[in-house]
Amino acid sequence: MTIIDKFFKKKSSGDYAKGRLQMMLVTDRANCSPEVMEAIKRDIMDVLAKYVEIDTEKLDIQINQTDSDTHNGSVPVLLANIPIKSMKGR
Amino acid sequence: MSEVIVITSGKGGVGKTTTTANVGTGLAKLDKKVVLIDTDIGLRNLDVVMGLENRIVYNLVDVIEGNCRIKQALIKDKRCPNLYLLPSAQTRDKTSVNPEQMKKLVTDLKSEGFDYILLDCPAGIEQGFKNAIAGADRALVVTTPEVSAIRDADRIIGLLEANEMKNTHLIVNRIRMDMVKRGDMMSMEDVVEILAIDIIGAVPDDENIVVATNQGEPLVGNDSLAGQAYLNICHRIMGEEVPFLDLDKKGFFTKLGNLFKKN
Repeated sequence: MTIIDKFFKKKSSGDYAKGRLQMMLVTDRANCSPEVMEAIKRDIMDVLAKYVEIDTEKLDIQINQTDSDTHNGSVPVLLANIPIKSMKGR
Repeated sequence: MSEVIVITSGKGGVGKTTTTANVGTGLAKLDKKVVLIDTDIGLRNLDVVMGLENRIVYNLVDVIEGNCRIKQALIKDKRCPNLYLLPSAQTRDKTSVNPEQMKKLVTDLKSEGFDYILLDCPAGIEQGFKNAIAGADRALVVTTPEVSAIRDADRIIGLLEANEMKNTHLIVNRIRMDMVKRGDMMSMEDVVEILAIDIIGAVPDDENIVVATNQGEPLVGNDSLAGQAYLNICHRIMGEEVPFLDLDKKGFFTKLGNLFKKN
């Protein structure tokens, strides 16, 4: 691969495979299907919606890996980034 | 003390049987007393890879059902006097054996004085897999640098952990350095990073493997790159530290040819 190729070529297929695998294994290891993930998202939003107004566009909930002393050095962790538009008045 | 090693992968066709044949033969060439057990009931293969298909009288299921003694079913290898094969049954299915029976078989083989007992596991995660891992002390997980094989390997590693297997190592098979260099194949390092497990061997994709399998003669220890890679795995299993091969190494004449091509 020449330098010009490196700059202009899209991601190599090997990198693409690695990225896909890393995403795939996160859900595999968490034993969590996309449907379950959607259901979790929906329920969290329902609870929060009682108290605050959520920016549903920028909502981001995912299950990731984090370092741990057990389980091959990593365990799943739920990360939620939920922007709040405004607090609901009491 | 004998060590019981299961060779497994999840996905089929990644090289479990070839790995079992070569690692087993390699350990025998290093003066260990070795027995290979084909646990793939119904899809017998290890015997053909070893070139011993014409010598089978009794099989694994015969031993377990008590139709013969263990010694009667063990086939002595053609080349290595301290290498034996316990073939699988071709006309039965995986439910003919259960994990408890496999454990007992392995215990009985231990008392025969084998240094290493290698179990060639069938593909999949069902009964056959459970049988194969039941009596094992350690596991070698074989994968290739492909998404499907790696995903299955991850699942297998998880299942091994759940079954309290403490000693699990990875073998990355069929690496093509030309593709890795182009960025079109994941490298050994990529696979190790994704699976987060210690690696014990990296085997190149080598035409000689096909030739050796055609002839029913494992190539471990010969001067091919794959032959050297398998022998290195054997040394590492025995606890020796061996540096990883440079899989990009080409013969002198290929290098010479390339030199002329460039100019």
